[in-house]
Formats: sequence, C-alpha cells, structure tokens
Amino acid sequence: MQALDELISASPVFGGMQEKHLKLIADCGRPVEVDADKYLFHAAGVADTFWLIRTGTIALELHGAGRGAVVIETLHDGEVVGWSWLFAPYRLQFDGRATEPCSLVAFDAARLRAKCDEDHELGYQLMQRFASYMAVALMATRMQLLDVYGDARAVR
Amino acid sequence: MLAQYADIPAGVSAATVPAPFEVVSKCQDTPDTYTFELRGRSGHALQFLPGQCTMLSRGGSGEVPISISGDPDEPERLWHTVRSLGLRTAAICASEPGDVLGVRGPWGQPWPVEYLEGSDVVIAAGGIGLAPLRSAILWLLARRQRYGRLVLLYGARTPDQLVYADQLRAWQERGLEVLVTVDSAGPEWLGNVGVVTKLARRAALDAPRTAVLCCGPEVMMRFMVDTLLRLGVGTERIHVSMERNMQCGIGHCGHCQLGPTLICKDGPVYRWSKIQPWINVKEL
Amino acid sequence: MAAEQVIERSDLEQLFEALVRRGYAIVGPVARDGAIVYDEIRNSEQLPAGWTDDQQPGSYRLQRRDDQALFGYGVGPHSLKRHLLPMQQLLWRARLRDDGELTDLEGPPEVPKIAFLGARSCDLHGRRVLEHVLLGAASVDPGDTARSQRLFVIAVQCGQAGANCFCASMGTGPAVTGGYDIVLTEVLDRERHYFVAAAGTRQGADVLCDVTSVPAGEVELAAAAAVPARAAAQITRSLDTDGIKELLYRNIEHPRWDEVAQRCLACANCTMVCPTCFCTTIEDTTDLTVTVVERHQRWDSCFTVDYSYMNAAAVRPSVRSRYRQWMTHKLSTWFDQFGSSGCVGCGRCITWCPVGIDITEETAAIRQSEKESHASA
Repeated sequence: MQALDELISASPVFGGMQEKHLKLIADCGRPVEVDADKYLFHAAGVADTFWLIRTGTIALELHGAGRGAVVIETLHDGEVVGWSWLFAPYRLQFDGRATEPCSLVAFDAARLRAKCDEDHELGYQLMQRFASYMAVALMATRMQLLDVYGDARAVR
Repeated sequence: MLAQYADIPAGVSAATVPAPFEVVSKCQDTPDTYTFELRGRSGHALQFLPGQCTMLSRGGSGEVPISISGDPDEPERLWHTVRSLGLRTAAICASEPGDVLGVRGPWGQPWPVEYLEGSDVVIAAGGIGLAPLRSAILWLLARRQRYGRLVLLYGARTPDQLVYADQLRAWQERGLEVLVTVDSAGPEWLGNVGVVTKLARRAALDAPRTAVLCCGPEVMMRFMVDTLLRLGVGTERIHVSMERNMQCGIGHCGHCQLGPTLICKDGPVYRWSKIQPWINVKEL
Repeated sequence: MAAEQVIERSDLEQLFEALVRRGYAIVGPVARDGAIVYDEIRNSEQLPAGWTDDQQPGSYRLQRRDDQALFGYGVGPHSLKRHLLPMQQLLWRARLRDDGELTDLEGPPEVPKIAFLGARSCDLHGRRVLEHVLLGAASVDPGDTARSQRLFVIAVQCGQAGANCFCASMGTGPAVTGGYDIVLTEVLDRERHYFVAAAGTRQGADVLCDVTSVPAGEVELAAAAAVPARAAAQITRSLDTDGIKELLYRNIEHPRWDEVAQRCLACANCTMVCPTCFCTTIEDTTDLTVTVVERHQRWDSCFTVDYSYMNAAAVRPSVRSRYRQWMTHKLSTWFDQFGSSGCVGCGRCITWCPVGIDITEETAAIRQSEKESHASA
C-alpha cells in the first residue's frame, strides 16, 4: 500500500506541507475500510477521529423527528471529513454514512492535537489549511441556504 | 426562418402573429415543469440554432419567452420545457396532445457551438436552466469527434427538480461526462449532494482548453462563473444565457433591456466578458 | 429646395383647403383644458391665436399675448409620437378554435393620411429618433411604415424659447433645418402678418402651389431669419453632452439616484410626453365566450413596477432603479442601442413632471460631483 504520507500530501487539504509535518500527521493515521450503507460516525459522538477519503463517498446526514434523514453534502476522493476535532467540546455535528464501499485514512485527533501543542509550526500549518477548507464549506453552505435555483417567490 | 401563420392580411405585422403548433406529446419533469413536443400545423419545420427562443402562447392567455430544447438536427419536432409560474405558463402547461399552442420565432443569438471545435466544452446548468442547453448538448453530441471533453455539470435544489433525468444516461453513452448534484436530498438519492460549483472543481478541467456554456438562475450563474474564472477559464470563453421581461421579441417594445443591450436581439446568449459589467449592478 | 414664398395671413385658409382636397385629416394646435394640445382641426380659426405658454419645471400656464400670433408658444404635451406610434392599437383579431388554433385573422383599420401642422425643430428630430427605432426593428410593422409615409408635416419655426427648452445644446434646434414637407415662419409686426413658406419635398411643393403666395423679398427673408434667432437668444437651459454616455455608465451607483428617487413619483408623465419614448406592451384579450382573440399594443412606461416583471417579481422594484433606467437609457444606452442620443431637448419632461425633475440638472449634478471628487483626490 502507498505510504500514508504520500497519500496525505497528494490530498488538496494537506498538499504542500513540509515533509516533517506530513510525517507527524501520517503517524497519527491508519487505513480504514467501510462497507456501503454503514455509518462511519454519528452526530453527538466524540470527535476523536477525522478522516481523509481515499476512494468512495461519505454522505453527511441529519435526522429530524418526522423528517427522516436529510443529506446535506456528499464528500468524495481526496476530501477531508470533519473539523469538530479541532475545537472543544469536540462533538460531531452530523452522521456520516458510506454510500458505497469506502477506503479511508482515520486520524487520531487527540494525538494530533497533542502534537500541535508541542509543535506550534505544525499547528499553524494545520489551522491554515483547515480554516481554508472550512471557508470553502461555509461558502458552499451559504449558497445552499441562498437557494441559487430559487426565484423571488421562494425567498418570500 | 420565422414560423409562419398562413395568409397574413395586409396591414398586419407578420412577426406579431403566432404560428399554430400542435402538441404531439407531453411529459412531466418536475411537480411544476412539463416538456412538450410540438409539430407545426402549417407544415413548416422551425429551423433554429441552439440557444434560441420562441414566444409561446395558448389561445388568448398571453405569451412567454421559452427556450427551444429540441434537437436542431430534427427541427420538425419542436421541444419546449415550461415551468408553471403564472397565468400564461399555467395555461400552456394545462394543454394536452391535440391542443394547439402559438409559436413566434425563433429569435436571439445562439450558443456559439459552431466556434468551439477542438475545445473541451463544459455545459453548466442549474435547475430548469438545462432546458436551453439541451439543444446545444444534442448538437455537440451529433458532432462528437470535433470536440475534446464534453462535460455536463448539473445542479438542482432537490432530486425532484432535475429535468431530463431519464436522458442523462443516453447522453453519457454518447460521450458526455455527466456530473449531477443537488442542494439537499433524502437517503434514497444515491448521487452527489452539495453546491453545483463544487462539480467544477471535481471535473479537473484543463482551463486553457475549456469553453463554457452556462444557464440557470442568475445567482447560480454568477457563482458558477466565479468558480470557473478562479479555475483559470477565460472570460472570453464563458457564455451565459440571460433573461429579462420579454414581450415583442423583435427589438420594438423596449422591455428586455439590460443596460445597453436588448436581450431579444443581442442575447439571450452573451459572452461573459461582455455582460459582466452589467450583470452585477443591482436592479439594473 | 424650392424658394421661399410669402403667404398672407388672410390666405392661410387655402393651405387647409389644399390639404383637405388631398385627403388629409389636419391635426393642429388648439387651446383646450388649459394647454395647447394637438387635435383634428378644419380651419385656421381654430388655431390658438393670441395665446402663449409659460413653462417652468413642473408647471405649464397659458397666457394671453398682446398680439394675434397663431404659433406664439412652445411645445405642449403632445408630439408627433401619437401619429407614429399610437397610444393604443389593434395588431390583429382572430377566431379561436376549441383546440387553440387561430383562424380568420383580421388586421387593424387602414392608416389615415394625417397632415400635422405646427411641428417644431425638436419634434422633427424626435420623429427621426423614433423612426430609427421603429423602422429599424428586426421586423418592421407595416402599420409603422404606413404611418410614416402618410404623415405630411408642416413645420413651424420657433420664435421664442421656453424656460425648459434645451434643443440648442442637443443640436436639435431651435431652427428647423430639414425633415418637413412645408416649413412656415410666422412674421407679425404692427403692419403685417404673413408666413414665409418653403417646401421640403415634392408633396410639399405640390400643396404650396394651391396657395396664393409671392416670392419672398429681402425684407421678408431677413424678418424670417430673425425668428429662430430670437428663440435661440432666449434659451437658458442646456445639457452638457460631452462624454455623457460614459459619464452615466461610470456613475451607475451614484448617490444622486437615491436623491432623485426621493422626489420622483414614478407617475410616468415624462415617458408619455417624451417624443422618443417608444416602449409598448403587448396584450392579448379574449371576448366573454373565449372565441375571439385580439392582440393590442399600447404605450408602456419603464416607470411602472410591472414593466420589469419576470418570474413572479420585478427586477426594478425601487423608484431609484426605475428613474435610473429611464435617464440612462435616454442619455446613454440609447447610443449603444441606436447610435444617437434619445433626447431632443424639447423640455417636455421637465414641464410635465409634477415635481419638476430636470434631467439637465440631474446630469450636471453627477458631472459636478465627479469633478469635485477628482479635485479633492
């Protein structure tokens, strides 16, 4: 199997980081496989893990009483899943369900947080990349909220 | 060639008279959208280029501008996809096979499909915006070998808002890469969920080789074009289809103005570099 | 061009008779309802002899003159526009079958021959601008062509300028220089009352042949030349057209639009009296049995909310955006669409605006604020 740090450096989120930092991150990772329709994580669970998708699709879902499940985004190859691990109280916001067999890298969030506390340069680099990733996700969410397909009637 | 009503009396402007087109078939795409196949009763086929529109009407209920969605290589079958939004479109959407609709046109500047040979072509559509692009897709697929990649990026609010969903597979088999997404869905939806702009990144475009034909609600088009520009596609190579209140279709009534341009004459298809200064002015 | 002739006031009636003999309905100025309006007239006694007008921003008053001049006033709310683009017209009528097909198509009534007496220089330029739009459309209405061909125009030289006139700065007057079948210059002093007339077309010359006249001598020619010169000297208002297209494009979000929006009532008066505003709306109506359909075309105005209505909402809901649309179209985008200004400086919009908004003042305010911000930069 491809070395973890090569895998990580090829992803858009971690691309361009220094080798020593990639090694620290890879050190916290391990490969994981999930079958189709199985849940990778559940809302309200502890965010002690985040993932990088190698292949496959993870659907972020929320259940509401009487509403059933609503899928708010599907994440694909090369995308990172989860940022709740960065901020206390480290709680997951959504369910994550594999819509097809998935191959991922799971990262030990607590361990990586500890490494960031020791190595502030690593922490800064990770924060920068995740901040950018979250900004893109926020923009996307705003567009979904705006309902770009809607007409004025929908807004009223 | 303008649709013709036979025997126009003297003193009547022929361009104001709708030609009779009979509904051959009707199918429902979404809860409020229907696709009609029409055939001209006066015997003429409506020659058109992809991106052009007609003014469509039912009896005396008034006209609306609707893009032609049919195959330009089969002009005797006129396709229109209509969303029921007000009195005029409700009257059209209530018609059944055998009923006659009035058609005036075609008019407008077409998608520049004749000038894209050798390029990768991205078709970016939002919601019912796929309707004006269907004729471009069919044109391009009929001449597949002249182009590089052909990629459809299609987004809608929810899965039940997608049009032509049953045709996507056939287009894929003819050489169109198809990426579809919705803003939200239930778990029975097996496809992507997320904003349509994300599809542009996933398509891994070769920006210098890429031309774009984009159509959808104005807000969606602005975001999509913004993403494509960031990916390095040139403003000269992005074409959008604009919309305003259109009435006469012949540059006479003044309603369809957008800044210095008249959409019925200079549009509805515009190069982004030309329309960009005006599209961002609020309430222009 | 035919040489100038002199027609005595007492012989002017022959002009009317000559036109009637040729099948023209004569439309000319009459004083009615407190204004000089244009209506069908049969003889010169119906002309508003001895009347003048005082026009200010948002104000129009008729006043008595101390002479009996027939054309001693400026332009009123009417222009040639009504005779080139009717306020309301039937485009066609048809029977509607059960399945929705139209049959038995009928057209509008035949266009009558109209002789318009009293067109001023700004009116003639307004006609030129308007016909460029109507007759240059992708598909020309045969009714528009017929109206243009059947219109006989007797122009009148302005001898005075109103406070709202700014034709000189628009290059559209006050002197009439072309675009007429006949041009008349009224000369009235203590001794004589006559008209110096010239034909601009063969039809005009043909009509003048039926009117008693003598060739104009030097004295009469000089008196006639002084008439538009007098009007030119009285003009006080002007529009600085230097780079005006780009000026308004640059200032599409200028705060002045907010300012004028506080005054504008969106009443659409300006678009109705403007000789070049051409927007129309198409309306289909059916009878009660829904077996007859009529398609009508009537004047519309960009000041109404539903003018820009699309997909269940208006694109221009605010008065600000609608005023901006009208003014930038008239003075700027008209150049890109039709190759000239849409404004002919007649001043009607200033007179008939209930709150007296003045497009020359609005333009000047934007131009001035640009200069000031450059100076302070």
